[in-house]
Amino acid sequence: MSAQPLFTPPPRSLARDPARSFQDMILTLHDFWSAEAGCVILQPYDMRMGAGTFHTATTLRALGPEPWNAAFVQPCRRPTDGRYGENPNRLQHYYQYQVILKPSPSDIQELYLKSLAAIGIDPLAHDIRFVEDDWESPTLGAWGLGWEVWCDGMEVTQFTYFQQMGGFDCKPVAGELTYGLERLAMYIQGVDNVYDLAFNSAGVTYGEVFLENERQMSKWNFEVANTDALFDLFAKAEAECRNALSAGVPIAAYEQAVEASHVFNLLQARGVISVQERASYMGRVRDLARSSCEAYAEKMAPEWQAKYPGWSLV
Amino acid sequence: MADFLLELRCEEIPARMQPKAKEDLARLFTDALAKAGLTAETVEAFATPRRLALIAKGLPLATEAVSEETKGPKVGAPPQALEGFLRKVGLAADQLVERDGAYFAVVEKPGRATADVLAETIPAVVRTFPWPKSMRWGAGSITTESLRWVRPLSGIIALLDGAVVPCEVDGIVSGRTTMGHRFHHSGPVEIADAGAYVETLRAAHVIVHFSERCALIREGAARAAAEAGLTLVADEGLVIENAGLTEWPVPLLGSFDEAFLDVPPEVIQLTARVNQKYFVCEDSAGKLANAFVCTANIEPRDASVVVDGNRKVLAARLSDARFFWEQDQKTPLAVHAEKLSRITFHEKLGTVADKVERVAKLARWLCEENIVVPAKAGTALAQSAKSKTIPASAGMTNEQLADLAEQAARLAKADLVTEMVGEFPELQGLMGGYYAAKEGLPQEVAEAIRDHYKPVGQGDDVPTAPVTVAVSLADKLDTLVGFFVIDEKPTGSKDPFALRRAALGNLASIQQNGLRLSLFKCFDFAAKLIVDQNPQIKSRLAELGEASFGIAASENMPLSKNYADQVAFEIEQIGIELLAFFADRLKVQQREAGVRHDLIDAVFALGGEDDLVRLLARVHALQAFVGTEDGTNLLAGYKRAANILKKEGYEGPTGTPDPQVLASLKQGNDTIPDTGEEDPLAMVDDPDVGDILAAEARGNAELSYTPEPAEKALIDALDAAAPRAAAAVEAEQFADAMAALATLRAPIDRFFEEVTVNAEEAHKRAARLALLARFRDAVHRVADFSRIEG
Repeated sequence: MSAQPLFTPPPRSLARDPARSFQDMILTLHDFWSAEAGCVILQPYDMRMGAGTFHTATTLRALGPEPWNAAFVQPCRRPTDGRYGENPNRLQHYYQYQVILKPSPSDIQELYLKSLAAIGIDPLAHDIRFVEDDWESPTLGAWGLGWEVWCDGMEVTQFTYFQQMGGFDCKPVAGELTYGLERLAMYIQGVDNVYDLAFNSAGVTYGEVFLENERQMSKWNFEVANTDALFDLFAKAEAECRNALSAGVPIAAYEQAVEASHVFNLLQARGVISVQERASYMGRVRDLARSSCEAYAEKMAPEWQAKYPGWSLV
Repeated sequence: MADFLLELRCEEIPARMQPKAKEDLARLFTDALAKAGLTAETVEAFATPRRLALIAKGLPLATEAVSEETKGPKVGAPPQALEGFLRKVGLAADQLVERDGAYFAVVEKPGRATADVLAETIPAVVRTFPWPKSMRWGAGSITTESLRWVRPLSGIIALLDGAVVPCEVDGIVSGRTTMGHRFHHSGPVEIADAGAYVETLRAAHVIVHFSERCALIREGAARAAAEAGLTLVADEGLVIENAGLTEWPVPLLGSFDEAFLDVPPEVIQLTARVNQKYFVCEDSAGKLANAFVCTANIEPRDASVVVDGNRKVLAARLSDARFFWEQDQKTPLAVHAEKLSRITFHEKLGTVADKVERVAKLARWLCEENIVVPAKAGTALAQSAKSKTIPASAGMTNEQLADLAEQAARLAKADLVTEMVGEFPELQGLMGGYYAAKEGLPQEVAEAIRDHYKPVGQGDDVPTAPVTVAVSLADKLDTLVGFFVIDEKPTGSKDPFALRRAALGNLASIQQNGLRLSLFKCFDFAAKLIVDQNPQIKSRLAELGEASFGIAASENMPLSKNYADQVAFEIEQIGIELLAFFADRLKVQQREAGVRHDLIDAVFALGGEDDLVRLLARVHALQAFVGTEDGTNLLAGYKRAANILKKEGYEGPTGTPDPQVLASLKQGNDTIPDTGEEDPLAMVDDPDVGDILAAEARGNAELSYTPEPAEKALIDALDAAAPRAAAAVEAEQFADAMAALATLRAPIDRFFEEVTVNAEEAHKRAARLALLARFRDAVHRVADFSRIEG
């Protein structure tokens, strides 16, 4: 079998060792997407959220006709996934690497595979597969088609072509890549426990950075958080979202929807929302998020139409 | 003749869509060409994750020239008519042909080059392709009008005898270039012609035949297992799925930590299959082995790297599963069951805990009523229907059985709130069974929890263990009655709560176990449990009942005191509907066994029959009988008699179950219904009643004139046959009942031959009509022959 390398990894600068350092993997991805796709490299959204998709650089920027290429790390909070630092694979706080490319470039799959090569995954040594996985977020009124990308049977990336966001057709369609950074790093570094990951090349482990955090936050999520205060926060976020909407500042409204969504997740972790109430709370969050997206799109539509004659929101 | 190749290359097509897409492509293409007048000798379609392709061999190079003749106006028609015609056909007057006094326009349509037809067909096929889900992409998606495809379409090859058929779809221009394997081949691949397609791509590490990839996986996986001294657990669904995920499939064997084998094998298999699309293996003893086979899409530099990666993923999954397995066992099922009160079964029917409460009572009742009896459930069949004796061999009393059934029912749904079933809903029942066994609950209870959903579909095992039968029957009865009570019945193709399947499940269980039960009584008991639990349903039924009451009263329907309770009235209506629903399912089910639906109708139409075992025995005997010459002729005689009676205004026996009869059935035999529907000899065993009925029967036969010989023969035959048939029916000796009816065949034939029913003397006429009515009714007691076709 001819086994010529398909992708030549870019020359490694002295500082980058993605195969042995979590932060170098992130920096390599930043370098890659900045150089290869002209992405703006953003910093994480400064709010607690369940997935990188909630970042306004993804949701709100997926709306409208303007090109938009961005890449960023987003810390994700999943209170119910907390395991008090005792499970080698599950965390209540972890990182996603998000890339959003609008319109989706025709070579997006090749770019993605090159990015894997850049962080040390050779596609002739590892079995890379694109396995159907459609994405839907009723909360955001959004859906898309795509895949979960497998590396030797492990899901390492969610790859989605957004078709709708906030209930509107995406015109044009954006391609979204979400890398699960910890599991990817565990794979590349060959460790079985997330806390054993090398965070940098100077001997600091992921556990040293986050283990105590996981212990305390798991306890707070599951046992401590004042549920009355949480219910109150939810109600306040909901009210503030409405307030912002009526004042015509949908980005601020959207932030409150994100807040409400996270507070709801905390209430879930505290086990104080019954099955019956659950559907109702989810409906309320969905309502906030969709209303905010809609208001944003409608507010921006005249500007977009002016720049792109013939384009219309619906 | 020419060969044509079409390849539509795109990003990874979902595996599950490929088999149908292949067929759709062949069909759409063949149809489109046929419309243009082209037929290929062979059409073959291919699908891989990254391409759909088609090769049509033996295409003509052009369509045939056709001459189209259009008839115009008559010679001598007004000039305007002729002008109009010329405009329409686009010819001058001197180009028309004159024949039979009319003008004809003959337009010669030359044949079209096949390449031109193809150039039009390809974009049309692409644009109308029926993907289950399709999407937009790229810069073109700035409008919603842009091309839709399953995933971004990136290239088109269209070659007719090696020449590119030029065409374009949404900016994608046809050519001869494709891509090989994503990783094993770099750079474009040029295809010379259709004949070279398969092999050129094979050289580029793509196996385009779906079936060839399936074979490679099937055989490769089996070989990999065999080399390790194991046997692959065959799974054709997985073969097909993996063939849809690979262009160059390479099955690889791996193993996982033996310690995981503590987890039930079903859980391991499901984890491997559903999450990872891996095959599992068995050892020589047929036990699940700690090995798996994954299917890579590359020939890896070092297979152990790929295998090891897959092993780790599986290990993580299995440790989740083991965590669930261990975690779930820390809580007894009874404690898990408490959480069922948080799960809604249906908004109108309450929580799952409410359902469990009802099912537990119903399961107990089924045992206490001797519907389900200890020991082998089938034993009851051999016994008389009325027998209340318990098989001595059982070693369990009815009370013990009832206790176990109730216990199992109370725990049967507890696994729904376990972590494992939360992760793998398809393991419901099975996990509960495992947990019950681990907890040390009685084996009968564990089995009942495990199997109470059965039978899930046709061909699934039907439970036979008495405790399981009771819980399974009760669970499905409660579901059926519940949804009928809240008026959520299946309509047409819609059956969101799978009620048809539930009814079929109960039918199978009743038949296989020979369960003797009155469905009405069961419906009634189940409905009362629901009503007692749910005041809202009760008040709604009462309202409905009141409305029905009003209607019934206004139609002067005789309403006995039994209907005073409006709720009970509605429950009975629901019972009638449910029985009809069961009857329909029974017909569907029995059709496959070759039983005629009209014969089922003929027995159901008698009304009051809600014992399916008895009903089927009767139907089987009837089917055997109507297949005989006697049966056919008796049926003809019955129809003739019925017609005469109908013409003479003789009241016919009614076909649908009478609510009063149903009511009396429900209440046991403490009232004697007088609807004429019931078998008057039903109680011949009872010495008090038997004599009275026999005297009545004789009385009917007394005549004021000397009957003709054929008339007398029929009377005598009826005197003999009617009680015999009735007694046989009562004893459930249906073949004997049919034999009794068979003795009427000659006399009724002779009667019609020799006796004038429509006699001049009124009293003779009346008597003969009465005799025919007696004949009809005697036959009718065995089955409603008017429902029998032919």
